[in-house]
Amino acid sequence: MIKQILPAILLTLLLTVLLGLGYPLAMTGIAGTLFPTQAHGSLIERNGRVVGSALIGQGFDRPDYFHPRPSATTGADPADATKTVPAPYNASNSMGSNASPSSKAYIEATQALVDQLKAENPDARIPVPVDLVTASGSGLDPHISPAAVEYQLPRVAKARHVAEAELRALVAGHTEGRVLGILGEARINVLKLNVVLDERWPRAK
Amino acid sequence: MNAAGILQIVIFFAVVTAGAIPLGAYMARVYTGEKTWLDPVLGPIERLVYKICLIKPDQEQHWTVYAFSALVFSVIGLLLMYAVMRLQALLPLNPAEMAAVAPDLAFNTAVSFTTNTNWQNYGGESTMAYLTQMLGMTVKNFTSAATGMAVLVALVRGFARKQAKTVGNFYVDSIRSILYVLLPLAVVVTLALVWQGMPQNLDAYAEATTLEGARQVIAQGPVASQVAIKHLGTNGGGFFNANSAHPFENPTALTNLIEMAGQLLISAGLVFAFGRMIGDRKQARALYIAMALMLATGIGFAYWAEAGGNPRVQAMGVDIASTDTAPGGNMEGKEVRFGIANSAMFAAVTTGTSTGAVNSMHDSFMPLGGMVPMVNMMLGEVIFGGVGAGLHGMIVFVIVAVFIAGLMVGRTPEYLGKKMEAREVKLAVLCILIFPLSILGFGALAMVLPVGLASIAAPGPHGLSEVLYAYTSATGNNGSAFGGLSGNTLFYNTTLAAAMLIGRFLIIVPTLAIAGSLAAKRIVPPSAGTFPTHGSLFIGLLIAVIVVIGGLTFFPVLALGPIVEHFALTAGTLF
Repeated sequence: MIKQILPAILLTLLLTVLLGLGYPLAMTGIAGTLFPTQAHGSLIERNGRVVGSALIGQGFDRPDYFHPRPSATTGADPADATKTVPAPYNASNSMGSNASPSSKAYIEATQALVDQLKAENPDARIPVPVDLVTASGSGLDPHISPAAVEYQLPRVAKARHVAEAELRALVAGHTEGRVLGILGEARINVLKLNVVLDERWPRAK
Repeated sequence: MNAAGILQIVIFFAVVTAGAIPLGAYMARVYTGEKTWLDPVLGPIERLVYKICLIKPDQEQHWTVYAFSALVFSVIGLLLMYAVMRLQALLPLNPAEMAAVAPDLAFNTAVSFTTNTNWQNYGGESTMAYLTQMLGMTVKNFTSAATGMAVLVALVRGFARKQAKTVGNFYVDSIRSILYVLLPLAVVVTLALVWQGMPQNLDAYAEATTLEGARQVIAQGPVASQVAIKHLGTNGGGFFNANSAHPFENPTALTNLIEMAGQLLISAGLVFAFGRMIGDRKQARALYIAMALMLATGIGFAYWAEAGGNPRVQAMGVDIASTDTAPGGNMEGKEVRFGIANSAMFAAVTTGTSTGAVNSMHDSFMPLGGMVPMVNMMLGEVIFGGVGAGLHGMIVFVIVAVFIAGLMVGRTPEYLGKKMEAREVKLAVLCILIFPLSILGFGALAMVLPVGLASIAAPGPHGLSEVLYAYTSATGNNGSAFGGLSGNTLFYNTTLAAAMLIGRFLIIVPTLAIAGSLAAKRIVPPSAGTFPTHGSLFIGLLIAVIVVIGGLTFFPVLALGPIVEHFALTAGTLF
């Protein structure tokens, strides 16, 4: 009996050191040397300050920015730490809505999002794209579809006092196609686009 | 559904098959002890491991000793992982200052990772210290995968050997699985993932000030090294709460392809390794075709259901057409970079294999779309299935299929020259019956107890789906979830852990008993009366057996869950 159990104990300890420390630490060292930016979270700095990560979405409410998708992430309630409250784009607590497609509450909430979008974008020329009224799986989706940008474009152009055609040309340059022309979907990184907006047409203070 | 989506599905199957055939040839050499090109590097390490751990690699084990070793190795790992979670607040590498994990949650999690399930009643970035993710999750991802691979190899030896008393050495099979297969692949995949943007660091969570001036704390960690093995080992436990939907855990469509292919690669490769080890590659090809057909059907069905979108959302004037500039369909719980095709495909792959990683929230799938992952799991996790576990589950179904064929023609059934007698068929049926017993038993319990009902988030039939999905996922050792269910309660932590243990060990032990019983038999040469098991007739029979057993058992409860929800939603009823 002991003869069978002892190897199991020794092997567990040895593998814990080898695979639990050796492997991840070696990978951290090698990855950090080969791909330093990615390994540390693809952080974006502006004027020496971290403004976010190229891979992580963040909230935008102002009309002169493009808005991201709805986010269902939550955070601790400041008034009562045992409870959670909605905290969109909380990048230390990723989650989707897990809403049921047949629930009355979900359909009503989606209707409210549609109404709000229509009110914010009275000049939109295309129907509401589905990604703008559905919460992403992570709550941190950094992208929206080209249609979702086009939907918001008249609003942003107006708020930035630029011609729509000029803005559309800028957006086209920031649209990422399918990977290798085949994989995934066309998309635009909202944070990167908004950073460029601020550079091209700085807001009047 | 569109051409671009279908093309991506075809490419995926091509990539997996192209990788699995050479990997299968390589793994066959690993398990038969032949020389491989990695021997010069890994041979000395392997011998050192045997020496340190007092393992005698030449000493073969009777199936009972093999099973005992697998159980002891699992239990010791489980205890160590539990201890690490309970003590993490006192240990280093905890920059986010995570507190000790509560006892019931730590128990559930330790069981979950030991059984290759990786069901998670916690969010990684809000619960686990970096050291816990490394010593606990990452290590278990390797060892639980290796255990499944070892059990399969023992079963295959049962077919390959004649009148033998032993089925191999559990420790040798596990160690060789880790050193020669899992670890080298994990190193390569880790670096590919980091190149594509996945973090791999021990930094504190990053603090950012957003363009609008808000504070955003961005979770970090040694993500890639864990995610690589999470897929290769069909484990599926996310580093982050949102799993592979999180942009750090699956940054691009290319990582998505790597993660999906990674889940299938070893399971599919083992089918080909099986063919080589029994010296009849046509048999392996038949099993591969049966698995691929079932997987493709599931992918197609889920893609169709999700691309159709939610009729109530469409009625609001929302555009749900899939085009080159919009993903369309039902995008609730899905990411733009993956769209519909890659989300539906991932859902079918992660539940056909027993991985359970998710790149979209299954709870928000359309009723019939969400039924696909559920059915994949209910069929016994044999559509490629977990590494090792999938194929040994499939062979159990093969035994039942040849038994039924034998009944029809009135001959003693045989498979690969071994006569299937009362003992093997009884053990096979035992493996199959454990599934509905656990899923429907625990599910029924949860649906009548107030503590079970209290955790349900969705009203109406979708609520039943949440509970049904949970016990199916736990028993199938899958680990994906309808995430609306609040699983972190004493009731669910305990009952789900029980379901995971049942689904793992009450299948491993009878499977190894079959292995031992087969190894002791003679090999009968095929005769004119032997039912051929490599042709399309057999593939059809095998699929029919799997679907009929799964269908008859679970159709009633599926009718009360996703099917009635689908018809209600189509008719305009909400809950």
